Amino acid sequence: MNLIINPKKEPIDKTHKDEAYTLGPLQAGPPCCEPEPLIRVDKLSLHYGKKPALENVSLDIYKRCITALIGPSGCGKTSFLSVLNRMTDMIPDCRVSGNVHFDGRDLRHPALDVQGLRRDIGMIFQKPVPFPLSIRRNIELPLREHGMSKQADLNEVMQQVLQDVGLWDEVKDRLESSALALSGGQQQRLCIARALALKPKVLLMDEPCSALDPISSGVVEDLVQRLRGKYTVVIVTHNLAQARRIANYAGFFWIKDQRAGCLIEFGRCKQIFEAPAHELTAAYVNGNRG
Amino acid sequence: MSLSRADRQLVTLLRGCALLAAAIVLLILLFLVKESWPVLRHVALTRFVSDASWHPMDGLYKLTPMLSATLYSTLGAVLLATPLGIASALFSRYYAPSLLAGCYRRLIELLAGIPSVVYGFWGLITLVPLIGRLHPPGVSLLTGILVLTLMILPTVALTVDAALAAVPIAYLRGAAALGLSRWGLISGVALPAARSGIIAGIMLAAGRAIGETMAVLMVAGNVVQQPLGLFDSVRTLTSNIALEMAYATGDHRAALFVSGLALMSTLLVVVGTAELLSREPQHD
Amino acid sequence: MTKNSLATGLIWLAAILVSGVFFWLLSDILIHGLPHLSWSFLAEAPRNAGRSGGIGSIIVSTVLILAVAMVTAAPLSLATAVLLSEFTRYDSVFGRLVRSSLDVLAGVPSIVFGLFGNAFFCIYLDLGFSILSGGLTLACMVLPILIRTAEEGLQATPNDYRLAAAALGMSRSAALVHLLLPTAIPALVAGLMLGIGRAVAETAALIFTSGYVDRMPDSLFDSGRALSVHIYDLSMNVAGGDASAFSSALVLILLLLIINSIAMGLAKHWLHRGVVTA
Repeated sequence: MNLIINPKKEPIDKTHKDEAYTLGPLQAGPPCCEPEPLIRVDKLSLHYGKKPALENVSLDIYKRCITALIGPSGCGKTSFLSVLNRMTDMIPDCRVSGNVHFDGRDLRHPALDVQGLRRDIGMIFQKPVPFPLSIRRNIELPLREHGMSKQADLNEVMQQVLQDVGLWDEVKDRLESSALALSGGQQQRLCIARALALKPKVLLMDEPCSALDPISSGVVEDLVQRLRGKYTVVIVTHNLAQARRIANYAGFFWIKDQRAGCLIEFGRCKQIFEAPAHELTAAYVNGNRG
Repeated sequence: MSLSRADRQLVTLLRGCALLAAAIVLLILLFLVKESWPVLRHVALTRFVSDASWHPMDGLYKLTPMLSATLYSTLGAVLLATPLGIASALFSRYYAPSLLAGCYRRLIELLAGIPSVVYGFWGLITLVPLIGRLHPPGVSLLTGILVLTLMILPTVALTVDAALAAVPIAYLRGAAALGLSRWGLISGVALPAARSGIIAGIMLAAGRAIGETMAVLMVAGNVVQQPLGLFDSVRTLTSNIALEMAYATGDHRAALFVSGLALMSTLLVVVGTAELLSREPQHD
Repeated sequence: MTKNSLATGLIWLAAILVSGVFFWLLSDILIHGLPHLSWSFLAEAPRNAGRSGGIGSIIVSTVLILAVAMVTAAPLSLATAVLLSEFTRYDSVFGRLVRSSLDVLAGVPSIVFGLFGNAFFCIYLDLGFSILSGGLTLACMVLPILIRTAEEGLQATPNDYRLAAAALGMSRSAALVHLLLPTAIPALVAGLMLGIGRAVAETAALIFTSGYVDRMPDSLFDSGRALSVHIYDLSMNVAGGDASAFSSALVLILLLLIINSIAMGLAKHWLHRGVVTA
């Protein structure tokens, strides 16, 4: 195999046979029309011990679109995200009920291979969590854990994802240095690169920009926008303007009287922001509530 | 928990190791009982108190002189070490300038690590002749108490220091704002707030004193007799075991294991009390 | 006001008294131990029951006993600490059982360990008076300290690592091996040092398990005399052995100083490392 990285950034796709997920350069994809749902959530409820966190949430996540979850703090958006990649399994006393189907499979089935699931559904946290290892090891470690062992393959994937997130030029000369020495924005992009290296179908992002300064925030938001059309993204954000800018679909969450979060309205982004059906949604997006 | 297969195997291995570690204490108790059994079989427990004296070769197993020696030496040491230890903690926390306080604390930490045999040795070389000049012979209950005090003082000082550190600074600021003097602040606010930690520290030190072997062995004289005065030569339960194990056989050896069990039960009571007292909620 | 001044006076007096006595002790050992101390003292074997010669074989025995103790206790304690920290819920029955038994173990006095070691290792397992028996007995003694410090070290690692690793589909063991344990290493080593410090100070547990013989041991099954036991023997059973005892005590204290400094240095380093900022 002859690896030639064309300076015009058109590397040869050889490690992945699935034509839908080429290792191509990230460009903003075409807007989705008539997309199919990839994740179907039906009457999802979540309790931490006795406290209800989410009540009866039903929505669809559409393939290769960006879905923004908006709403004030504490209405269960992060909890909702955690259900989608079964991170709720790690929280003691957490009870989930309802149905979630991912690509036709029952996501909540006890016999599901959760590690495989988390490869398909990646997560980016609010606070960037680079591992206390070199930049190279940060990306190689999960790849090795999932079975990739040839150094040449690892190098190729690493370079590709770092280019995709726009970090390659900044770090190519110091791949062995500690990832902790990077700036906040660079660290978050590294985390995204690390997740992308596993070729996920879905990326869950929990307020990825809120812990960053405005410039880094802009860079990461740019990156998220370029993921559209290639990846399915579910992004929780407090920044309404951001949601408006980048999302195809939006879901508006609110807290009910019993302190449990619920979904008020879900639909195409344009509709939610410009012609919301529910008065609460209208009040929130216009800044009158929340 | 969604564990992968590799994880499940790891957990099984780890559980095995943890069970092994947890089993050691049971093993100790088991062997203590097993080795005591030969003598417990035909000697009633009351005889360990009611026999005429401790002459195991002749079948006499009175443990009380040694129990008393242990009790008195521990009591004496705790009585001396508690005020000195608390004073040390107060000194490093509220009185000394920070550099001095740091040095003092480091000194105490160093002394907490000095082996008991070194304390005993120094006691033998230095304290025994001194006490001997006061009231011959130098080896006595008093010397034992003094050496034990030295040994448990760091324990008291360090635990009281930790308990004082846990007092919320808001309490102290509030008291100072009310115009309390330094001692008033300490006696009225800091010490009562840290009370359960202090008591736990004292219990811990007492436990250490009860279990101490080498230092006391070297300076207390080792005569098996009921201590009637401070200058009497005594032998504690622990020293007895250490001295006679070397040549004890049969029932004698088993009797030593019985004294080991007695020691363990005493300690369990002390530790249990310490646990209960340190869990007591604050009533202030 | 006078109560306050009285209290201040008494406390300063107490501090002076306490530090005075301790300095007296330390200086005695320094003054009497230093003259006799030399490289040959550290290397030669004891002669004439230890009155002359050195402590070379004693040091070797001590190191071997410590090695046996640590090699046995370290993996076991790490495994238990990992289980308690990573795979057990705080309020689980199993966890509480293990923790309680370790708490009791921590309170067992050294002479009782000596009795146990003698009955179990020397006689029941037929190891006799040997370095192995002594080392294994010490391993039981230091287990609670090692487990507690290892568990603390693991708990101090940022929980974010666990979550991020899980979100990437990594197994818990992989996260442990590649992320958590390397981060916790300074704390683990500090704990190890504390354990070694405790073990090297031990006397009563060793007298009936590792034996008294002061010549160079041939093997782990051979009897050997640890430094603390040597000091005990010189001061109690050997007339005229005081000079050597002082020097041996000095060596022991210096050794402990070094071990504790390493432990404290590592603990500080660990505290700084643990505060990782994003």
